[in-house]
Amino acid sequence: MMATGRTTSHRRVHARVSERTFDLMSLSAAFVLAVHVNHLPWLLSVALIVALALRWWQRKHRPGNVPAWLKVPMLVILVAAVILEYGNLFGREPGSALAAGLLVLKLTESEFPRDARVAAAFACFLLMAALLFGQGLIATLVVAFGLLPALATWRSLEPTQVPVTLPRQLLPALVLLMASLPLALTAFVLVPRLSSPLWGTSNPQAARTGLSDQMSPSDFTELLTDDSAAMRVSFEGPPPPNGQRYFRAYVMWDYDGRDWTRLDMPASDALPVEAAGSIAYRISLEPTHQHVLPTLDLPLQAPAQSHMHLDGEVFADQSVNDVLDYTLHSALHYRLQAELDPATRLRALQLPEGFDPRTHALAAELRQRFAQDDAGIIQAALRRFHDDGFSYTLTPAPLGRDAVDDFLFNTHEGFCEHYASSFTVLMRAAGIPARVVTGYQGGFWNAMGQYLLVRNSDAHAWSEVWLAGRGWVRVDPTAAVRPQRINLGASSAASGQLPWYQSGVLESMRNHWDIVNRWWNQGVIGFDALRQRGLLTPFGIREVDTGMLEKLLAASIALFGIVGLSWALWRRPESDPALAAMRALERKLAGAGIARGHSEGPQNFLRRAIRALPGQRTELDQLMRCYIELRYATVEPSPETLRAFRLAVRNFQPHRVV
Amino acid sequence: MRAQFQRLQQWAERRLPALTQHRRLEELPIELHRQRIYIIPTGFGVAFTVLLLVMMVGSLNYSNNAALLLTCLLGAATSISMLVAFRTLNGLRVHGLRAGHATAGQPIDVTFDFQARRLRQAVRLDIADNSHSFDVNGRTDVTVSIPTEHRGWLALPRCRIWTTWPLGLFRAWSWLRPHYAVLVWPRPEFAGPAPTLPEEDNRRQRLHRGEDLASLRDYRSGDSMRHVAWKASARHNALLVKDYEQPEARQEWRLDWRHLRGLDNEARIARLARWLNEAQAQGRPCSLWLPSEVIGLGSGVAHYARCMSALALLP
Repeated sequence: MMATGRTTSHRRVHARVSERTFDLMSLSAAFVLAVHVNHLPWLLSVALIVALALRWWQRKHRPGNVPAWLKVPMLVILVAAVILEYGNLFGREPGSALAAGLLVLKLTESEFPRDARVAAAFACFLLMAALLFGQGLIATLVVAFGLLPALATWRSLEPTQVPVTLPRQLLPALVLLMASLPLALTAFVLVPRLSSPLWGTSNPQAARTGLSDQMSPSDFTELLTDDSAAMRVSFEGPPPPNGQRYFRAYVMWDYDGRDWTRLDMPASDALPVEAAGSIAYRISLEPTHQHVLPTLDLPLQAPAQSHMHLDGEVFADQSVNDVLDYTLHSALHYRLQAELDPATRLRALQLPEGFDPRTHALAAELRQRFAQDDAGIIQAALRRFHDDGFSYTLTPAPLGRDAVDDFLFNTHEGFCEHYASSFTVLMRAAGIPARVVTGYQGGFWNAMGQYLLVRNSDAHAWSEVWLAGRGWVRVDPTAAVRPQRINLGASSAASGQLPWYQSGVLESMRNHWDIVNRWWNQGVIGFDALRQRGLLTPFGIREVDTGMLEKLLAASIALFGIVGLSWALWRRPESDPALAAMRALERKLAGAGIARGHSEGPQNFLRRAIRALPGQRTELDQLMRCYIELRYATVEPSPETLRAFRLAVRNFQPHRVV
Repeated sequence: MRAQFQRLQQWAERRLPALTQHRRLEELPIELHRQRIYIIPTGFGVAFTVLLLVMMVGSLNYSNNAALLLTCLLGAATSISMLVAFRTLNGLRVHGLRAGHATAGQPIDVTFDFQARRLRQAVRLDIADNSHSFDVNGRTDVTVSIPTEHRGWLALPRCRIWTTWPLGLFRAWSWLRPHYAVLVWPRPEFAGPAPTLPEEDNRRQRLHRGEDLASLRDYRSGDSMRHVAWKASARHNALLVKDYEQPEARQEWRLDWRHLRGLDNEARIARLARWLNEAQAQGRPCSLWLPSEVIGLGSGVAHYARCMSALALLP
């Protein structure tokens, strides 16, 4: 196979990059814009996309640089736009907006290989920066694929003559990334994590999701249609039945006629509770940027680095900015605070003056009817919700000043927070201590992963009333109206009111798919310093310190180095066994100082060897004859001769006669 | 800057024997192997490594594991690209060299015969301030041109085979100094007299001249003033010369070193070279008589090459 090399010869002049290289650069820039588009101001996104497209079109049709009189104003406009939007240039959002703009501007002046390299490296950096905004599995995968055009850009700058199409150009980059995955994963596991950050971590308050520490009407609507995961719970033993999957977060005490707010109850190590049995479980909470830790029903003890309040709220010492895992025990059957002190009792009966007169009248009527029978009043109220034409909807009619009156006597429609709020007000008006609890209810049991997936749309509000002798008892008025809410979740209860992608088969597929997210969260995102230290527990090493990790890292990198080097050094062995044996003989003789010349035939060479080593004349003569026969006597040499020759070569040791 | 770099390079070659080991002349074929392939990151490679470190510290600081994983992925890809760069050169063979012909002052073509068992992409060859890039697949011929100055043997200058394949982050290279020289032919003189021919030949040629005027052509240095067509030249504002029909039969030339008295060696060689060129251009048979050897009557490319080589090798 003979190829006449097409060579390109060039003195050290800078050639402009090829159209293909520029296409790949534009592709990486497009990827960067795509992963950042979520948080860029939309006007800037549109402007950048248009600028990129125009530049691409311009270079395709009229190759050349963009003139400076166009570039400088663009830079000024970019900086001005970022400052106008965010107020400054530093920080996560303005920084990434500025950097994305600079990348597009860089492309307007990328004509030479050096620019192309820098632009692609910058694109890599920006792809990484996109992960600061969210490190979900899908986002990470998209970012990883975004590396392909950047790597392909560098590769396309090398002067190779093998022509390939654009998709084929991306393939080697993919192969390279796949091949680097084992080393990358090892390094990822072993790189020592910082136990405390080197410089201040940003604490993004903007992206607040999840429950809020106060409850206003229609606060929940956004939450109830947000089907991102809120937390994942795995139980020791069987999971509790659906009707008992109440996860408490906040307890609301104060009502001002419109909003419910929580109250800082004194912290408490152990609640005044009599519990019958407990259930152990582990919660993996998605970042909320708040302190509250939802717990299943009544927690018996606060997990590490958190504290518990007297009403059963649990707060972490630091706000939850990353996925947080915690383990704890809860009671499902208990008697909480059997004795209520007067101050707390007063709190639990407080109502604003001059609101909801009809509700107060109804309460007085109920109290008159049932006298001292608190349980009877509760039953009557629930029956009222069930029978009086109340309906469950995520888009209720707006309520007036007397919100509870309006809801109970006019609109008759709403969701959990309306029911919980009005029921609690009714109870307080009737003289029964009551409070509102918010949290999550239900969730999807993922049988394959053996965990309970709780979404933000599972957010719920219910009431707790205090009954003499029984303590605080949970009452869920929503269940009286719409039992499906408890059994099937908010989206099923409000069927027909949700977009198509949140219903039916697709929802169930998403529920099952969530197991992958959980693996990702637990395996990658949640792999913190603590987990890293426990890495070698299966091997009997309790605590791995930083020095140990460094040693492990060095050892495994050395190991990968050996594997990589042997791959790099490996050469296809000689396919002709007779020739391979002859080469071995040559090496042995070369060791004795008799090297075969490049133009020396085997016969001449071995004759020379005989002259140099007269003591081994017979052996060498035999070897020479054998080889000549193997090579030249027959077309297909007999295997016996071959074996004999190879054996003879292996046994031959040159002795230098002095 | 450049001078400093060259000084540094010289120092490195003096101090590091491994680098200089292969500066001795080597017999062909030359196969590149691990002991003579060096590899260092390019400037861009160093800059990218710094960028990777920044990204790593950043992702560790914000305990962003996805970013850390991606940084590790890029770092691993970088180190694999180093092995790929090494593999591009490892096992590459220069099987043979072939040289073309050139006279002193003109660049001479040298063809490298590269061999490799698998495809090697973006291999580059630096020789004599020129850079060539090519792929090697199976057997590949790469022709480079080398500037020449003097006639005679010209040893092939030291050359470098290198590559930054696949990502331009690492540069692998190996110095080559093949034991190979090319023969540079002497440069013919620019103008001078025609060779003196035997008497009767001379007369016969003159007989032909002046008889049938064929055409007018531009003046070339060395033309006799008697042949200038003065009237025609005045009309055309350029010197024109009457061109006579050449005699049909080419007379052989006997080009003799000894007839060129009064000139130094190089001038003699230059004149003989010019005559050889003219004879070759006219298809005229000639013989060359040198002090060292005598090349008998002949014509054609092979004969011409033999004569020129003999001239080139004169002391």
